[in-house]
Amino acid sequence: MSELRTHGSGDSDHGTAGVDKTDKKGILAQSDYTGPGALPHAAVDHRPRRSDLDPKAARRAERQIAAMFLLSMLMVVLFIVAYVAIDPQADIYIPVLGLVGAQNAALGATFGIGVFLIGAGAIQWAKKLMPDVEVVQDRHPVTSSAAVTTEAAEQFERGKEESGFGSYRIIRRTMIGALALFPIPLVVLVRDLWTPSSRFEENASPAEILSSTAWEPGLRIVTDGGFQPLRPQDIPVGGLVSALPANIMEIQKEVHNLNERGKSAILLVRMDPSEIRSQQGDGWDYQGILAYSKICTHVGCPIALYEHRTHHLLCPCHQSTFDLADSGNVIFGPAARAMPQLPITVDEEGFLVAASDFQEPVGPSFWERG
Amino acid sequence: MSTAEKIGGGTATWADQRLGSNKFLAKNLKKVFPDHWSFMLGEIILYSFIVVLITGVFLTLFYKPSMVEVIYDGSYVPLKGIEMTEAYASTLQISFDVRGGLLIRQMHHWAALIFVAAMVVHAFRVFFTGAYRKPREINWLIGVALLVLALAAGFTGYSLPDDLLSGTGLQIIRGIIQSIPVVGTWAAFLVFDGEFPGTDIISRLYMAHILLVPGLILALVTVHLMMVWYQKHTQFPGQGRTNENVVGYPLMPVYMAKAGGFFFVVFGLIALLSGLVNINPVWIFGPYTPDQVSAGTQPDWYIGWLDGALRLMPNWESVIAGYTLSWNVLIPSVVIPGILFTALALYPFLESWATGDKREHHLLDRPRNAPVRTGIGVMAIVFYGLLWIGGGNDLVATTFDMSINAISWALRIGLIVLPPIAFIITKRICLSLQRRDREKLLHGYETGRVLRLPHGEFIEVHAPVNNKERAVLEAKLGANYEPLPAPQKTDASGVKNKKYRIEKLQHRLSHFFYKDNVTPPTVAEIEAAQAHVAHDAALEAPLHEYEESNYVNVPFHGGVLHEQGEPMTNAEQLAQRDDR
Repeated sequence: MSELRTHGSGDSDHGTAGVDKTDKKGILAQSDYTGPGALPHAAVDHRPRRSDLDPKAARRAERQIAAMFLLSMLMVVLFIVAYVAIDPQADIYIPVLGLVGAQNAALGATFGIGVFLIGAGAIQWAKKLMPDVEVVQDRHPVTSSAAVTTEAAEQFERGKEESGFGSYRIIRRTMIGALALFPIPLVVLVRDLWTPSSRFEENASPAEILSSTAWEPGLRIVTDGGFQPLRPQDIPVGGLVSALPANIMEIQKEVHNLNERGKSAILLVRMDPSEIRSQQGDGWDYQGILAYSKICTHVGCPIALYEHRTHHLLCPCHQSTFDLADSGNVIFGPAARAMPQLPITVDEEGFLVAASDFQEPVGPSFWERG
Repeated sequence: MSTAEKIGGGTATWADQRLGSNKFLAKNLKKVFPDHWSFMLGEIILYSFIVVLITGVFLTLFYKPSMVEVIYDGSYVPLKGIEMTEAYASTLQISFDVRGGLLIRQMHHWAALIFVAAMVVHAFRVFFTGAYRKPREINWLIGVALLVLALAAGFTGYSLPDDLLSGTGLQIIRGIIQSIPVVGTWAAFLVFDGEFPGTDIISRLYMAHILLVPGLILALVTVHLMMVWYQKHTQFPGQGRTNENVVGYPLMPVYMAKAGGFFFVVFGLIALLSGLVNINPVWIFGPYTPDQVSAGTQPDWYIGWLDGALRLMPNWESVIAGYTLSWNVLIPSVVIPGILFTALALYPFLESWATGDKREHHLLDRPRNAPVRTGIGVMAIVFYGLLWIGGGNDLVATTFDMSINAISWALRIGLIVLPPIAFIITKRICLSLQRRDREKLLHGYETGRVLRLPHGEFIEVHAPVNNKERAVLEAKLGANYEPLPAPQKTDASGVKNKKYRIEKLQHRLSHFFYKDNVTPPTVAEIEAAQAHVAHDAALEAPLHEYEESNYVNVPFHGGVLHEQGEPMTNAEQLAQRDDR
């Protein structure tokens, strides 16, 4: 401990760590203060621990610490037993926590307790047996001395002179130009992070791709899940059906992604035609069956919470609420636009089909949407 | 010399001859770190990050960052035969078919949550005690960058299992990117390789999650710690603690044992938690498909406030010259976080400019002694907290059977009204505490003991505060700033002050910062008052004698008039230790 510099060892007249004592802004300097905050280290109050005064207590602490380390070793053994012996599929009921995986719980408990005990032992050792008298060190000013600062400035000047950075004007300017241009290839390379899939024209822009879906006149509407075509009588008044275009699986097989599903998913709802206060186009319903996009116009969550008495559709993500009896208009929440409606009709065989594609882009807004 | 010592000494020599490491050891083994429970928060961050790294390496051995569709054939029966991505299938494999895999996956998730939580609380500690002040502003900036990176690490990781929840989160991110003016649509297409969900996003996020973001975090954490080491840790006021020294325990042995031990404590508790408490049961909702969603979905806690902002924002959108501006998405998810993180990063510089305080600070402020700063902090926490509640407004509505519309409106209004109220209340509380501190210094503390004097008078005994507490209460003496002086339009020789307007603003801001502070008593006043109080307390002396005569053999009786153990000074304690 003797090598530590303390206030008590006659070293209290150290520097002031960059503090301007005569701060012109009227701030009192700390060093004017003489209360107990500034006591020399040796005079600071200290309360001895029981293990300092009572050798028995010290030996007890020693035994406790060793016991923790010993128990930690035992836990590793138990961990291996749990790994080998417990059925990974078995569940166990633990009060408060409920049903949890038996092996997972055993592995976590043995490993966790084992590791914890190493830490607890070490901390107990520090707190009970290692010295608990605090020591003092001085802070040193962060700011460099004037001499060092001058030296640094001189070295910089020397380097500048020797390079001729100031005098070779044309080198300087061309170098700055070259440095400014060199990141451009790295930015250009980013372009091919996206290449349009074969489903779209080669030069289709993102906005064009977002603006069309798989729906086309006469394309059958099938249920999401069973892919069954639907007749009007399959949907009762008050009913709600999640649906997709009939060719969705073909598209998915062709492009190996779920993009079209995320765009052309629709909801079919049926209400008494007298309850429909408005819709987005004349005769876009079929006998009270309305088709709306399923993708929220806010940030694109699929929506399926429908309250058939009020005809309200609620987005589970951000609670935008749409009135499907009134053109799918927003009645609450952060969405700004009505859910796009898909015009529908029936084909010769009486199955529900799209009358056209959506008349506006579905899903969240984007800059070029207009 | 024992064999172990020989080997240790040999190794040290070997290393020293190649690295000169003994110079480092000689200087740093005795390096002092101040002690306070709140300084452990930073340690929790570091240790949980190490746990995240260790468990993360294990997970990469099994996880497949691929969106190729496969038919699930693992041991989780409810999903058997269902088509899903390899990413999701391998996550299920880790959870059900790799022994200990679920434990490691849950440790990874729990440790990540604790990592971010500890970061936030650590930032509170640094903010409310003014630890970011000169010379530590750079470390504050690094800390803010680390917080942003931690959110990025968390979000990219959350998306990797490719279950229904994580995919929905990505869908929302896509909507947010798309709302950015001019470049948003293209940016979203580049990020996702076309439309949502595409087939590349998982492998791209994987790269960010296991290489880019953790690499940056590791680099910045290293710099952060090196700066703490170099600048030395701040300390709370206390006996013998000044702005020019650092009082605490040496690295070897106390801090090695305490901090090293604490790593194992954190590691162990995370393992225990992960063994017993399920987190993110990805098997419940099934694989992701863009046309399905589950009700009551929640992001990880640290994203909740952003989701809340998205929920509470009014539905503004404008179309200008044929282009769409989605304020309803842009403001809550880009503008508000942008402003908040910028304000957070700049705060140390703003405060220093507004108060004119350019001094070095190594002694921490007690929050009450900087009422405006504390008020601003609480104001920010209230704002954040309301957004966070907003992120669960559907759960609040179903749990308390309330109207979601009413909750949303209450929160919208609350976001504007409550933070300023919180500021005022906090500031007032701080000032009251300052007044109480002053009282305590001048009149001692109330012991609650009523004494009847021989002539019949009853007095309540006030005891003088001891040195330990005095040092804390008097910290304000050293930190008692005054507002900047009002600037003059012209100086003494009549030259126009060009900076008049800016100095005027500075003057007003520093006035706002300091004007209400309670003037602390001077040291002379305190000492006179303490002497008076001590005289009062001395009236109890006969009772002390009475107690001692009755409890003489019980050293730690903890009686009314005595505290545990006999007090001594550091010097006495050291002498006693040397004797043993």
